[in-house]
Amino acid sequence: MRYYLDFEKRLEPIERRIEEIKKFHNVTEGHYAKELSGLEKKVSKIEKEIYGDLSNWQRSQLSRHLNRPHTLDYVSHLFTDFTELHGDRRFKDDPAIAGGFARFEGISVAVLGHQKGKDVREMAARNFGMANPEGYRKAVRLMDLADRWQKPIITFIDTPGAFPGIGAEERGQAETIASAICFMFSLSVPVIAVVIGEGGSGGALAVGVGNRVLMLENATYSVISPEGCAAILWRDGAKGPLAADALKPTAPDLYELNVVDEVVPEPFGGAHRNWQETFDHLSQVLSKHLKELLSIPGDGLRAQRYDKFRRMGIFQEQR
Amino acid sequence: MGFFKKKDKDKPPHIEIDIQKEIKKAEKEEKALWIKCSSCHELIYRKEVERNLDVCPKCQYHFPYSVQNRINLIFDKGTFVELYRGIEPVDFLKFKDTKSYKVRLQETRESLNRNDAVVCGQGKIKGIDALAAIFDFEFMGGSLGSVVGEKITRLLEEGAGKGIPVIVFCASGGARMQEGILSLMQMSKVSGAIYKLKSQRIPYITVLTDPTLGGVSASIAMLGDIIIGEPKAMIGFAGPRVIKETIKEELPAGFQRSEYLVEHGMIDMIVPRKEIKQKIHQLLSLITT
Repeated sequence: MRYYLDFEKRLEPIERRIEEIKKFHNVTEGHYAKELSGLEKKVSKIEKEIYGDLSNWQRSQLSRHLNRPHTLDYVSHLFTDFTELHGDRRFKDDPAIAGGFARFEGISVAVLGHQKGKDVREMAARNFGMANPEGYRKAVRLMDLADRWQKPIITFIDTPGAFPGIGAEERGQAETIASAICFMFSLSVPVIAVVIGEGGSGGALAVGVGNRVLMLENATYSVISPEGCAAILWRDGAKGPLAADALKPTAPDLYELNVVDEVVPEPFGGAHRNWQETFDHLSQVLSKHLKELLSIPGDGLRAQRYDKFRRMGIFQEQR
Repeated sequence: MGFFKKKDKDKPPHIEIDIQKEIKKAEKEEKALWIKCSSCHELIYRKEVERNLDVCPKCQYHFPYSVQNRINLIFDKGTFVELYRGIEPVDFLKFKDTKSYKVRLQETRESLNRNDAVVCGQGKIKGIDALAAIFDFEFMGGSLGSVVGEKITRLLEEGAGKGIPVIVFCASGGARMQEGILSLMQMSKVSGAIYKLKSQRIPYITVLTDPTLGGVSASIAMLGDIIIGEPKAMIGFAGPRVIKETIKEELPAGFQRSEYLVEHGMIDMIVPRKEIKQKIHQLLSLITT
């Protein structure tokens, strides 16, 4: 099901018509071919207007776009031999985080990430990608296996945040997130974290301590969602657009702040407009960084990761 | 039978007093003398609370405790030396909500005479050397930003380098939103330093006071080798209001309080303020000698 955000709505009738024509008519010549080329021109004109200069708020919405590829889409297109592993061995399997082992360009790696759903049923089953403590424990378990077997780790970040619930608190949401972050500093294998959609706070960071942190062009990564921030600081959840400007959560912002090592370009309009192009871009960038990291020994990887995060923060010092 | 007539029951026996209103009025008028306990809502004599280490004499709720009082309480007299005093916050995002971060910082720094929300230092606890960080909840809710993150990271690195135990007294609402993504990154920076400290086998103790939430809880606080809660302190990842709004359910009694966390295996013990120095000393001596 194709889904349109408010600011994309102008495209909807035209693209529906295009689909219709392609489905039912001969489009190689004649009347319909003409109409089609006219419509396609129209689409690219509107695309330029609506995607040409995206605001932070629009990017925040794009980062959550229902038609964006999610973790398992990247896994199935960029990796081969994916074998999913389940469970934290303590309580249960949390479908909000999926992961296992697979091959990336022939290299055996651990791959894991938050998994949102495509449709209502999957979204509910996966709790919209909001993990409970068992999800982070599963992630730690997989990373621990990877470390022992000396396999690089690739994580995908796409979550509104860790789930705020009674059970989550009782089972130690804060402790599991803290432990996952701390644990990632111990890893002696290359770790690449990719923010593919929504990078929501501690729940994102829990799988985000990488030697490289990559970010898709229209993904966001923030300490709090714009709506959450607006509700606290403006006391009005509807001030999300203002909060999105203030928080500077976009990929170019984060690149500027040295939180992100490379911004992965998306097709014009966003990843949801052309999955294959998105996969191709990410595949190239991933491959480059993985090759670089594979030449560094374990101690060096650990030290590089520590130094990378050690430098983050802006302050001044009086002596 | 028929002693009380229905008519009499309907009639209030006395003038109705809105007690909440009265308390508020009393608080306002005699702020210096009386305070209301935020846990049991009793009106209590301020001097009595202060003499009792800012603990409610009626219900034992532990009020927020000032940094200076905490230092005096924990460290042997005259041994505490403050560290990294010169690190100051910067409004690098030019963040503005209803007020700009720059102005907010300026006002808070002036009124509290402190650069940011944590004080770090080294001192002796009954003769044992310890490094400590003490959060100041008064300073923007004890929020974790670049300055707090840097100071605590340096403290942990110092502990790892010199082999001195580190103790953090937490009081924080979480990450400092006004520093955007870099406030989130402080969680990882500090956690990295905690990993370093732990791999040197140096003890790391955290004391969680009311409240310890969000990003501080999900990094500094819950990574303690030993975690101590103050009585009735609120400790959690998400705040109770957010949870209530998300799940649309009533929260269980005592939810996210120290007592609840002990019961669920999330912290080691609850220690009242008046016993905390003795307890920390006992732990340090068990671990280090």
